[in-house]
Amino acid sequence: MVEMASGEAMATWLPIIWIGLLGAAVALYVVLDGFDLGIGILFPFSPEEQDRDVMMNSVAPFWDGNETWLILGGGGLFVAFPMAYGIIMSGFYLPVIIMLLALVFRGVAFEYRWVSKPNHRWWDIAFAGGSITAAFMQGIILGGLLHGLPVKDGHFAGGMLDWLQPFPLFVGFATVAGYALLGTTWLIMRTEGEVAAQAREQAPKLLLAVLAAMTIVSLWTPLSEPRIWDRWFTLPNLFYLAPIPLLTALAAFTVWRGLANHHDNAPFFGTVALFLLGFAGLAISTLPYLVPPTITIWDAAAAPSSQLFMLIGTVALLPMILGYTAFVYWTFRGKVKPGEGYH
Amino acid sequence: MDLDAVLLARIQFAFTVSFHIIFPSFTIGLAAFIATLLVRWRITGEERFQRLAKFWTKIFAVSFAMGVVSGIVLSYQFGTNWAGFSKVTGNVLGPLIGYEVLTAFFLEASFLGIMLFGWNRVSPNLHVLSAVLVAIGTSLSAFWILAANSWMHTPAGHEIRDGIAYPLDWFAIIFNPSFPYRFAHMFTAAYLTTSIVVLAVGARYLVQKRFEEDARTMVRMGLGMVAILAPFQLVIGDLHGLNTKEYQPAKLAAMEAHWNSNEPADFILFALPNKEQNGNDYEIKVPIPGLASFVITHDFAGTFKGLNDFKPEDRPPIAPVFFAFRVMVGLGMLMILMGAVGAYFWVRGTLFQSNGYFKLMQHTWPMGFIAILAGWWVTETGRQPWLATGILRTYDAVSPAITFNAVLTTLILFVIVYTAVFSMGIYYINRLIDKGPAGAAKEPPRGQPTRPLSAAEDATREAIIGAN
Repeated sequence: MVEMASGEAMATWLPIIWIGLLGAAVALYVVLDGFDLGIGILFPFSPEEQDRDVMMNSVAPFWDGNETWLILGGGGLFVAFPMAYGIIMSGFYLPVIIMLLALVFRGVAFEYRWVSKPNHRWWDIAFAGGSITAAFMQGIILGGLLHGLPVKDGHFAGGMLDWLQPFPLFVGFATVAGYALLGTTWLIMRTEGEVAAQAREQAPKLLLAVLAAMTIVSLWTPLSEPRIWDRWFTLPNLFYLAPIPLLTALAAFTVWRGLANHHDNAPFFGTVALFLLGFAGLAISTLPYLVPPTITIWDAAAAPSSQLFMLIGTVALLPMILGYTAFVYWTFRGKVKPGEGYH
Repeated sequence: MDLDAVLLARIQFAFTVSFHIIFPSFTIGLAAFIATLLVRWRITGEERFQRLAKFWTKIFAVSFAMGVVSGIVLSYQFGTNWAGFSKVTGNVLGPLIGYEVLTAFFLEASFLGIMLFGWNRVSPNLHVLSAVLVAIGTSLSAFWILAANSWMHTPAGHEIRDGIAYPLDWFAIIFNPSFPYRFAHMFTAAYLTTSIVVLAVGARYLVQKRFEEDARTMVRMGLGMVAILAPFQLVIGDLHGLNTKEYQPAKLAAMEAHWNSNEPADFILFALPNKEQNGNDYEIKVPIPGLASFVITHDFAGTFKGLNDFKPEDRPPIAPVFFAFRVMVGLGMLMILMGAVGAYFWVRGTLFQSNGYFKLMQHTWPMGFIAILAGWWVTETGRQPWLATGILRTYDAVSPAITFNAVLTTLILFVIVYTAVFSMGIYYINRLIDKGPAGAAKEPPRGQPTRPLSAAEDATREAIIGAN
């Protein structure tokens, strides 16, 4: 009897813990790889070779670690919610594979660009094109997932091009703008001179674009999906959830003021807060569905013993990973100067 | 999904995984080699070890980048093309892949940053420690992924409920029957592959009379490893074969193109397996009766299961398994030979006068890669028609919604992108080798970015301008 009760409790609570962990991994991915994808998105607007060297150097020691959170996101979904993993990956078949190929191009560009000099033009294009495409596809996947996927017998039951809709495409553009904003604020924090000056010029425009996009998504989703409307605009939820939009406004104000007052760090951390709040908002809209509108986190959950086995390791290892990730960021702290790499 | 789409999905996975496996099997060994060089540098204080470590680190960086980006593709392909696989085996295999990410990928990726860019940011000992941690990370990664792969061959520690696998005993799942052999075989293959590359590069320099001090260090370290590991690999391979006989007899029968289980098997050098006739055409055998039986059962009169014991729908494709196995074993024998000949010269003290030997050795660098690919095809094709033996057939594992056109489109994209990106990578690696270790010894001029490849960048610039 006791055993059964604890078994039921595990089946209830483990998926909740796991969606929290997975959400944290995806949020970390979005923020961390967001700024280095942002650097690639900004590449076309900085034609000078030396500026591009500095931009790339500012993220070179981190990109690989940042991208590992994407593997943890995909792997975590496979571990904790294998059915949702299968549905989402086959539902977004083409966007996922195009994103992966785009990441191939930009990933190798970090090494190839330097070995191919002075004939590195193609790897500049690969870096920029790969970053923009990957960001766009990630937005499409996010938008399409918010929109929902048709499911039959635990498998995706729609068409290969279902994601080709106005809303996912809009979220795709918004994601590119968002990552570019993270990129500019990163450059403001980590570089000096020409590169930082240009980033300061670009950042306010991107901030406005991102805020506009966030507002549109915040209106579009509740108006098109009644369950999202009910989540936000019924009592007492309205009061409980009011801090999210208020804090978002505060974060946006922090970025704006930071830019206006020439602060180095405030714009970046304000943008990170903006991203995390936006992410929290989307999670509130969607949960407990993992694949809206039918599959909840409990429907998609792996066997409790699998989730538990993985949880034990995660609890032990994640603090270590965060520890040495922090150590790497601390090791490469400070400004990257023009013409000077890492010494 | 129709049959053609299943076949295309298989071709796509075979293509991406074959491309991927080349890089980790090189970087597993290379990471250990670099860590060894750096540790020897700290212990002896000899500059040549640091110089060589820096040189190989550049090649490592390019290879590792290719391994990372081609590996991310795989971790998502399980879901895109093989949703049935994720659904049926996810409870068991998911955590193993999860542990790979948590114990290995973050470790590698984070400390690689320090290993590449940290020369002037951290102390030498911390730098060496970073290289050691990267090497440990690559090995841990191999441990987990081979545990997952081995479970697909020889599942254990689970139960099936409603067609889905549930874990019962994690220790039995990880240390499933084929895992110890597969891990030892693959790990040794990775070290052997890297050792041959190191030996070949050293030999190339000796033939060209460039960087001779460094070349001799490389030849000694590479040859020493080949001479020991190549025969050792034969023993492991033999043990692995015994394990296959017990757990995957159909695979073993295909490896030997052995049809009839009633009589001892001769060792077939060449044959065209004929599915219609249930026999072989154009057989060429080693004229020692029962040699294959001796290899497999350690008894000339021994018998083992033949293909006729299995229904046609339960047999793997015979010809690819049979030929790939011969390629792998043939290359393995050549490796033993080249290690033995080199060791003989070395013992006689005439190694560095043997110019002819080095002229041959400089061309041996692809041997390990080809052998690994051949071995991989043996084991994975031999697993067919199962994706997870006895649990899930490949045909039932594909994503039902994926269309023929979608798989064809992405397959074409993969072929184009991989061919372009990876042939450029191999071209750049070859350039770095041509430039040689002296470039790494040179301090980067001030005001230049000391990217790991920036020294090579100058050389490339010169080479290209010179060539024009």
